[in-house]
Amino acid sequence: MSSEYILEARGLVKRFGRVTAIDDADFALYPGEVLAVIGDNGAGKSSLIKCLSGALVPDEGQIFLDGQPVSFRRPQDARAAGIETVYQTLAVAPALDVASNMFLGREQRRSGPLGSVLRMLDKSGMRDSARASIKALGIGTLQDITQAVETLSGGQRQAVAVARAAAFGSKVVILDEPTAALGVKESGQVLKMIRDLRERGLPVILISHNMPHVFEVADRIHIQRLGRRAAVVDPKSISMSDAVAIMTGAMAAPV
Amino acid sequence: MSTDLAANAAPAPPDASTAFEHKRTGLARVQHLLHRYPIISPLVVLLVSVIAFIIFGKGRFQQPASIGTMLQATAVMATLAIGQTLIVLTAGVDLAVGTAMLLSHLIVAKLVAENGAPPIVALFAGIVAGILMGYFHGTLVSRIGLPPFIVTLGTFYMYQSIGLVYSNAQTFDGDKFGGDRGLLLFAGREISIGQFTITVGVLIALLLYAIFSYILSNTAWGVHVYATGDDAEAARLAGVDTRKVLLSVYVVAGLIYGIGAWVQLGRAGSASINGADDVNLASITAVVIGGTSLFGGRGRLWGTFIGALIVATFDRGLSLADVNQYYKNFAIGLLILVAVGLDQWIRRVAK
Repeated sequence: MSSEYILEARGLVKRFGRVTAIDDADFALYPGEVLAVIGDNGAGKSSLIKCLSGALVPDEGQIFLDGQPVSFRRPQDARAAGIETVYQTLAVAPALDVASNMFLGREQRRSGPLGSVLRMLDKSGMRDSARASIKALGIGTLQDITQAVETLSGGQRQAVAVARAAAFGSKVVILDEPTAALGVKESGQVLKMIRDLRERGLPVILISHNMPHVFEVADRIHIQRLGRRAAVVDPKSISMSDAVAIMTGAMAAPV
Repeated sequence: MSTDLAANAAPAPPDASTAFEHKRTGLARVQHLLHRYPIISPLVVLLVSVIAFIIFGKGRFQQPASIGTMLQATAVMATLAIGQTLIVLTAGVDLAVGTAMLLSHLIVAKLVAENGAPPIVALFAGIVAGILMGYFHGTLVSRIGLPPFIVTLGTFYMYQSIGLVYSNAQTFDGDKFGGDRGLLLFAGREISIGQFTITVGVLIALLLYAIFSYILSNTAWGVHVYATGDDAEAARLAGVDTRKVLLSVYVVAGLIYGIGAWVQLGRAGSASINGADDVNLASITAVVIGGTSLFGGRGRLWGTFIGALIVATFDRGLSLADVNQYYKNFAIGLLILVAVGLDQWIRRVAK
């Protein structure tokens, strides 16, 4: 087993009827790196990511986490294994407050009979740790943890979703197009959060169409093309235009 | 293409914090306040109408006896409105709350009056029947994905029909419940403090409000009910089993049909399929006036209680003020429109 990778996939195949979305695709993520996944529409990057996050079950191939083979049947399985995904839709409930959203589906109960018999939630405990997670990501502007998420700006909502993933993702955080809906300033903040996650040693998989953002934060770039991994390139030694050329097939992948 | 991309490659500014700040005007502040505390608006309506009826009620409205009567009259509807609130919080609606309760109380009454069942067994059977009806609704809504409106419109007619056949359209009089009918009619027992008289049924309703209010705001299940109604897909992706939550909400509503049946038996002292005329719609009225959003995910259970009180206040106050009763429904209808309009406005607080 190649245990140098934290998350690895070999020979993944996923078919939808007659369409083969991913066709013998490989994937590898090193500990502590930011790996960008780019690819044209239909290249199979979202199917690949969904296999890694448990939202899809691959027809063939193997996924390894820490060198151990894993098989995720549901998103909850991947989450239990320490892989957190921030979906493009963010998956936050707008009317719930920040703390409730961060702990949604993972609520903590009070200790003692209040928790075990009366099922009482540890609201203040959850608020404290939500505040700590937000603060750890350096989002100082988001101070009121009891504020409903819908009263937040797009960037702040993204921050809540990323903070949730960072708080619970012990192994890997997957971010699906985190800057797609954001303005320049807010994108900058999200990119900073990605770098902060890396500094904390948490590897990040970043799916993005935004080449400048990819080149700004990624350590390596996985280029997905026609259902498989066309190349893995180093953003420091390749130009943005060459990466796009490999992605679109205008240029052959480097060996 | 390559040059365009390179031109866009300017790094984002390091400090983006100022982008998140914004100022609020006076009206926006009110909007945010109502958004945060949805109970304020029904509370204000209740206070204003109480004050109005004290002024125009010729001194009779605020008498303890009058308030007690009002509470007694609203106990059944207020009880059922708890189940209605839970369902509305999940962005559903229950058009059959009252009819399901009536079918349930007919089962209790007939088991005792004609089949000679012990009251405790009959009450239990009534609650089980309520739960089964709720389970039926919940299954159709959560497993098959039928709209709650249609499911309960259908069962409303079905339960009414079943109730008519089962009771042979007759009224089971309290006298036929036998010597140990105390338990069956327990909810009708009066408790007096001076002129102020309420029934056990009022206390049962209040206790249920306290219990479910606690559950909604202090347990994971409560949070999941709000999240499911707010954005079911987001809740699902966050790991909430939304189908299970939906099913459980309808089952709990069914339990409340059963308890409501007990309250109704005490209130009416008899059982009939026509025993509680407009509770189906009145419970929705209480929920909406109480500030719970029909779109799901927002509202407070105590708001519904206040909503029920507002309806009761209009009922009693208008008659004491010698206003033609025909105007009552106009006022209630207007309140519904105002409440829903207000809800839409409050929801626009989202950016």
